[in-house]
Amino acid sequence: MSEQAPSPPHAGADTAPHGLLPALHALMEQLDHIPDDAIAALAKSHNVSRADVEGVIGFYHDFRRAPRAGRLLRICRAESCQAMGSEALAAHAERCAAALHESAAGAPAVTIEAVYCLGNCACSPAAEIDGRVLGRVSALRLEQLIAGQGR
Amino acid sequence: MSPRIFVPGDSGAVSVGADEVAMAIAAQCSQRGLAPAPIRNGSRGLYWLEPLVEVERDGVRVAYGPVGVDDVPGLLDAIAEGADHPLCLGPTAEMPYLAAQTRVTFERVGVIDPLSMDDYRAHGGLRGLEAALVKTSVEIVDTVEASGLRGRGGAGFPTGIKWRTVAGTQGPQKYIVCNADEGDSGTFSDRMLMEGDPYTLLEGMAIAGLAVGADHGFIYLRSEYPHAWRTLTAAIERAEQAGLLGHDLLGSGKRFRVELIKGAGSYVCGEETSLLESIEGKRGLVRAKPPLPAVEGLFGLPTVVNNVITLASVPAVLADGAEAYASKGVGRSRGTLAFQLAGNCARPGLVEVPFGLTLRELLYDFGGGTASGRPIRAVQAGGPLGAYLPEAQFDLVLDYESFAAGGGTIGHGGLVVFDDAVDMAAMARYAMAFCAEESCGKCTPCRIGSVRGVELLDRMIANRDGDGSANNDTLLRDLCRTMVDGSLCAMGGMTPFPVLSALNHYPEDFGLAAREPEEIR
Ligand SMILES: Cc1cc2nc3c(=O)[nH]c(=O)nc-3n(C[C@H](O)[C@H](O)[C@H](O)COP(=O)(O)O)c2cc1C
Ligand code: SF4
Ligand code: FES
Repeated sequence: MSEQAPSPPHAGADTAPHGLLPALHALMEQLDHIPDDAIAALAKSHNVSRADVEGVIGFYHDFRRAPRAGRLLRICRAESCQAMGSEALAAHAERCAAALHESAAGAPAVTIEAVYCLGNCACSPAAEIDGRVLGRVSALRLEQLIAGQGR
Repeated sequence: MSPRIFVPGDSGAVSVGADEVAMAIAAQCSQRGLAPAPIRNGSRGLYWLEPLVEVERDGVRVAYGPVGVDDVPGLLDAIAEGADHPLCLGPTAEMPYLAAQTRVTFERVGVIDPLSMDDYRAHGGLRGLEAALVKTSVEIVDTVEASGLRGRGGAGFPTGIKWRTVAGTQGPQKYIVCNADEGDSGTFSDRMLMEGDPYTLLEGMAIAGLAVGADHGFIYLRSEYPHAWRTLTAAIERAEQAGLLGHDLLGSGKRFRVELIKGAGSYVCGEETSLLESIEGKRGLVRAKPPLPAVEGLFGLPTVVNNVITLASVPAVLADGAEAYASKGVGRSRGTLAFQLAGNCARPGLVEVPFGLTLRELLYDFGGGTASGRPIRAVQAGGPLGAYLPEAQFDLVLDYESFAAGGGTIGHGGLVVFDDAVDMAAMARYAMAFCAEESCGKCTPCRIGSVRGVELLDRMIANRDGDGSANNDTLLRDLCRTMVDGSLCAMGGMTPFPVLSALNHYPEDFGLAAREPEEIR
């Protein structure tokens, strides 16, 4: 077993390799994506290779390399929400967003993504708008959100 | 004195309008010169009634729900006049859904103000840690082992045995890691507990630390739970002030610190070794076992990895003794399990009961059948890697051994209900697609097999009205066998369970005639 103990995580937690995830989360919070020029800096400060940093970013769904337009609407597509009609809701939302995109220039853009369980399965179907969780979501509610009305 | 009013701050309740209701109540109360701010408790777990408002009079809490913003003025009128209200559900504790439960781990959830240390103490908090502090490490492990507590994260491994291994392994540093990745669809008990009674989890971790000789803990929390993140952040700070954590646990001179780590949207990071890699700042590649994390875990050092509910059950075991816990349950499944009813369910929510109920009792007596009013056609138990069970299996008893013998998995206790509109071939395809999406990529049967599985199922679905399915059926079964036999972890190794159970119990959805279910385990 561990004869030579690895450096304890408490020492230099910000710069050791295990500080990489928190650093990436911090960038996501500030910029909503990980810009290319941050990669080399992260590699250096966390003492790993650039490939390591890119590998980590690629592995986790939360990290994005490019900026994203408008609000973020995530619709839960996991089993509990499927049992309550999330597939039809998601298709409806996509159609609404597409129609809005064609018709109204200047309408606030929404990016629609899938998410797999928000822990709100007892209020399925669930969705999330800009980090706020919604339960028992109706088609009408999604339409309003996509059109930029309501919260 | 104006009555105390409770409006859950639980994120599930908030997702259906609890914040707006709380604001409306606060505004009305200040207009009427009543005590202004409602207390934001956790959820009682009766989600179909959320937002569930409670009003306390003479020590009795009466429930109203589901309350909308528009109901607030009338509700406050009725309360002021002591009159009836159409949303009144009677005394909360007497509601059948709650009265029929045995709340041990969730005893305080929905009852107390989650961050009030006074509330926590007044409702029995800290007794477990106090009891642990006067025991030796061996005595704590003995108590947990005697309680029969098994891991609530999925595999059901005896907690006492895991702790004994870590306690008996030498290392310059040891760790307690709490698995709060709760990725299974249909589960939300970890979230409810962390949001509704976070000190219980911290207390359980501190006891685990005393038991194995670790003074540092990590909670790996999924990023989908920002609300729990905020609650835990505040709870850790206050727990340090109160001596529940820190360098002098309740004046004993013993130490325990807890650090919160945020996941990043990967399902497989709930697997314990992938989770350890992730805490170390790497891609979440699953590690081969042995060595067990108990021997070489986080940063190569002896590590306890336990689920939130496992750790949160420990304070009760220490406080009331192993015997009290072990006296509940059946067979080798002791104590209580917090089941979670979800999907197309009329009364979705949290049901903590001793092991030993049947699936039918949970689905109908508690769940009330489907939300749509149509017949239940299938239930997925134990998350995305669990089998689909048809009506014929609803009399299976819910304990680890009986349920497994019937082809089911209890896992983290999630039950997702589907009505007769479900397309089981589509659900089988989803299981494979989810595996393809979330596979860590380390081994071929899972990484490649899941993609082949999606292709095969697409072909079967395209051909299900013709005659092309039978051949693909054989290929799919072969593929599943390869995945079961050749995968490093349960992601690839158990994805075949939902797929094959769908195929065996609902062949008509695949355009196949019924056949003898193949024994695949
Ligand atoms: C793909 C996969 C995902 C898992 N996800 C979780 C999870 O989200 N939470 C959890 O506690 N255990 C999860 N587990 C089980 C853990 O590997 C591990 O058994 C558990 O954390 C041990 O704690 P326990 O003994 O207290 O249950 C998962 C396992 C696999 C294979
Ligand atoms: S079974 Fe899948 S998730 Fe598990 S180690 Fe293999 S590739 Fe990774
Ligand atoms: S499955 Fe949608 S919130 Fe859990």
